[in-house]
Amino acid sequence: MKAHLTRRYMFSASHRLHSDEMSEEQNRSVYGKCNNPYGHGHNYMVEITVSGRVDERTGMVCNLVDLDGFVQQHVLERYDHQNLNLIQEFTEQVPTTENLCIAIYEIVQRGFGKAHLEKVRIEETMMNSFEYVGEA
Amino acid sequence: MVYLTRKAEFSAAHYYHNPEFTADENARIFGKCNNPNGHGHNYTLEVTVKGTVDPKSGFVVDLKKLKDIMNREVLDVLDHRFLNKEVPEFFTRIPTTENIAIAIWQRLAPKLKMAELHRVRVYETSDLFVDFYGEA
Repeated sequence: MKAHLTRRYMFSASHRLHSDEMSEEQNRSVYGKCNNPYGHGHNYMVEITVSGRVDERTGMVCNLVDLDGFVQQHVLERYDHQNLNLIQEFTEQVPTTENLCIAIYEIVQRGFGKAHLEKVRIEETMMNSFEYVGEA
Repeated sequence: MVYLTRKAEFSAAHYYHNPEFTADENARIFGKCNNPNGHGHNYTLEVTVKGTVDPKSGFVVDLKKLKDIMNREVLDVLDHRFLNKEVPEFFTRIPTTENIAIAIWQRLAPKLKMAELHRVRVYETSDLFVDFYGEA
C-alpha cells in the first residue's frame, strides 16, 4: 500500500532580497525591509514529503536514516548558518522562500533515490509558508 | 465537498523487528527502534472525512458520532498499549508509523457510514508524520 511520509527539519540562515534588474528605489518598494543592505535571518522549517509503497519487510516507505542522512548532507549542511545570497544558486536569483523551495526540491529530486519526492514545504516564519510540488 | 478533520492523541509502546531478518540486519535497519523492550511515543492522530454539507444540520458529519467511532475503534485499542504485543495487526506487521496509519484507516473506513474517509495522518513526533489516503 502507498503512504506519504513527511519529515520536518530546521535550519537558520540569513538573506537579503535584492534584484540587480531593478533600481534601488524599485528594490525598496518591492522588498521593503527585506531589502535592508546588510541582510537579516530566519529559522527556516523545511518539510519534505516522500511517498511510495510500504515495504512489507520493514513497514517503511523509506528508511528515515537514509532520508535524514541525505537531507543533512545535501540540504542542511549547504544552507544552515549561511548567507543564502552567497550560495551558488542565489548568486543570480533572489533568495526568496519560493526560490529556496524550488532549490531544495531540485536537490532532493536529483539525488535521493529511495522514495518518490512529493513536496517541499517551507515555513519562513510562523506566519508564512511556501510549497513546491514540481512542475506538472 | 467539505473536508473536516478531527484530532486525537494516544500514547503507546512499540519496537521494530522482523523475525525473517538476522539480528545484525534488524539492528542495522531498525537501529534504536529494534530494542526488544520497546519504547514509546505520544502519537497525534488526525482523521479527515469529506462530504457534502447536510442542508438541515449544516454538518458534513456529526462530530460526536465521529469522535465516538474514533474512540471505540482506534483509541480504546491503541492507547496505553504495547502495539507489538497487544494489537492484533502488529503481531505480524511492524508497527511503523506507516503501518499504524494503514491499520487505523482499515479500522475506521468500514465503520464510517455518514461521511467518506479522506485521510489518516499519524504524527509519531512533531517532526515526523505519515499520511494514508487508502491507496492500494
